[in-house]
Amino acid sequence: MTAIAENFGLDIAERDALKRRLRAVERGRRLRALALVLPLFLFILVSFVIPIGELLRNAVFDPSIRANMPQTVTALAAWDGKDLPDEAAFAALAADLAAANKAKTIALIGKRLNYELSGIRSKILVSGRKAAQLTQGPYKEAMIGIDKIWGERETWAVLKRAGATYTSFYVLDALDLGLDADGALTPTPAERAIYVTVFMRTLNISLTVTVATLLLGFPLAYLLATLPTRTSNLLMILVLLPFWTSLLVRTTAWFVLLQDNGTINDMLQALHLTSEPLPLIFSRFGTVVAMTHIQLPFTLLPIYSVMKTISPSYVRAGRSLGAGPFYAFWRIYFPLTVPGIAAGCLLTFILSLGYYITPALVGGPTDQMVSGIIERAMNSENNWGKASALGGILLFATLILYFIYNRLVGIDKIRLG
Amino acid sequence: MAQDDYVQFVGVQKTYDGETLVVKNLDLNIRAGEFLTLLGPSGSGKTTTLMMLAGFEVPTHGRIFLDGKPIDHVPPHKRNIGMVFQNYALFPHMTVEENLAFPLNVRKIGKAEIETRIKRALGMVQLSNLGKRRPGQLSGGQQQRVALARALVFEPKLVLMDEPLGALDKQLREQMQLEIKHIHRNLGVTVVYVTHDQSEALTMSDRVAVFNDGVIQQLAKPDDLYERPQNSFVAQFIGENNRLRGKVVAMNGTGCQVEIDGGGRVEALPVKIEGVGAATTLSLRPERVRLNPASGHCSNVFEARVEELIYLGDFTRVRATVCGSSEFIIKVPNAEGAPDLVPGSSISVGWKKEDCRALDAAQ
Repeated sequence: MTAIAENFGLDIAERDALKRRLRAVERGRRLRALALVLPLFLFILVSFVIPIGELLRNAVFDPSIRANMPQTVTALAAWDGKDLPDEAAFAALAADLAAANKAKTIALIGKRLNYELSGIRSKILVSGRKAAQLTQGPYKEAMIGIDKIWGERETWAVLKRAGATYTSFYVLDALDLGLDADGALTPTPAERAIYVTVFMRTLNISLTVTVATLLLGFPLAYLLATLPTRTSNLLMILVLLPFWTSLLVRTTAWFVLLQDNGTINDMLQALHLTSEPLPLIFSRFGTVVAMTHIQLPFTLLPIYSVMKTISPSYVRAGRSLGAGPFYAFWRIYFPLTVPGIAAGCLLTFILSLGYYITPALVGGPTDQMVSGIIERAMNSENNWGKASALGGILLFATLILYFIYNRLVGIDKIRLG
Repeated sequence: MAQDDYVQFVGVQKTYDGETLVVKNLDLNIRAGEFLTLLGPSGSGKTTTLMMLAGFEVPTHGRIFLDGKPIDHVPPHKRNIGMVFQNYALFPHMTVEENLAFPLNVRKIGKAEIETRIKRALGMVQLSNLGKRRPGQLSGGQQQRVALARALVFEPKLVLMDEPLGALDKQLREQMQLEIKHIHRNLGVTVVYVTHDQSEALTMSDRVAVFNDGVIQQLAKPDDLYERPQNSFVAQFIGENNRLRGKVVAMNGTGCQVEIDGGGRVEALPVKIEGVGAATTLSLRPERVRLNPASGHCSNVFEARVEELIYLGDFTRVRATVCGSSEFIIKVPNAEGAPDLVPGSSISVGWKKEDCRALDAAQ
């Protein structure tokens, strides 16, 4: 055996010992790395992962009926849904309503059932009060006597579905769908179907804003990237100035500019370009203008920083090879800016999906976006199921778009600079 | 203005800020089929000159002629000049073949013809099997070859190269120097080459224009440039050079006598001196200095003290004090019978009058 073989041909025991020593050395470094990451990891877990998980659960999890009407839920477990339930179910209903009336939880039952059967809230409150006075059966006739909704199969079908811990109601409702008495999927009646329209409108406005910021931002980014540093720094401050102002202030400023007797309309009328004020505010126009203003730096900055890295010698090479200025720009410069365009547009599009203050202030009634509806569901209606379902669908739609985008552009191509 | 001058610069000036001239009154004729190198330190105006020829910079004054026609108002893409850039400037979003096809597509050449030309160009730079790769997947040397092929594929008569080998390591650079030289010889194109590397300039060029301070200091063949520098800048910039400063004390028909500032009187060849009494810098190549010269062989013989020996394999660089200058370098070939030198010892050195050129006193 040569000296080299002796040195490198370790036997198994020696190799294990070597691995142990390596692990011991590496352990300290691994622990240190973990300790550095841990605070951020916990922060993201607490402020991001858990709330989103909770939100997605709220969209399908609703135990309010099961908790407040336990006897009815048990009695309905065996009900086939073909006819009205039997006497036992009515007795359970009367007992549950009476108990809920006494425990003052009957309003929760009314509120939950009212989501699906509008107008049922007051009937339930009355039924509860009257059921408390019932002392003996037959409960079926008595309950139908109190209110004839208890003689309708649909009421019981809703009650049975709502009694399950997990419900598809909120998600389906957010997609303008519902289940009929037989459990079949049916579209929500046209006069109440609003959510699909709102989703499409949200996508539409976001797309318009994205395209508008790109059309305005690309030439400006090109100018900034090609000007001498001193001039471009000055212009960059002008671009960033609105960035440093509060979103609310900027939106209010648009309010002042765009209103019927605001600066722009006054000017147009003084120049006799129009005789009546143009509907600049409380319209789609106002919403898109205000959002474009706010989003412009988000689209511009990634494009600018990518353009900064493109050496002028590429276009020069193109020119020396015989390409005219426009051809060289289009075939050489533009493709090199695509990663920046992709990053800027994705950023603006996703941020636009979440707007609600701006459309609420400068938009008309037909310009409200999904986030506005979610905000109202949470703050005014206290309907967390609906808010969660809408939020979950928005998240899901964004992920799908992101996936398509990834297929088209390639996420690895995105560069922020 | 000779008939075969392909490019002519006539009284060209260039300033960027309106205060200092980057290029001062440039008159330069480049012959058809010639390999001409613009050599100089950075900021000497050589790249600006190239960019004016390519059309990316506009002369502030003067005119440039290409093939006898003025090109002041011809945009870069209509000049039909091939160009190799410092960092290759290969289009990163295109494959090698697409890069090569670019100038051909612009010229609306047929598809079959494009394929033949790409194949030929890739064969010329020995990259036939890498046509489908993107520039990012190639080594520096391969990218350099693609850039070269792209500048030649549309068969321009004039090719400009802006320090094309600057980013390569020494060995690859020397190999590419020879390849570019061979391609130039085979195709017969005119090449204008910019570099700050004097050995590259000497290796590759038919003629070299040495730039300094916006002015061509000397335009000559490589051997002339090295052996017969016309001023002290060229002598110092090209190759290794011993400088001795002094004052001209006497002149005759073929020589002059110079009193060295550090002591001693040297017989030299007057090249660029103003006359008796003028300050001068003597230029002497280290390999022309002899150790222990035979009597009568050299017109200049001096006592020298060995300060330092640097062993370089094929020869030894000896730093010695001669005529008061401690930076005097002598190259001693590592041949049989080479003297055994010791630092601190005294030796006798000598050189011929013709090898010692009396130049201007600048710097």
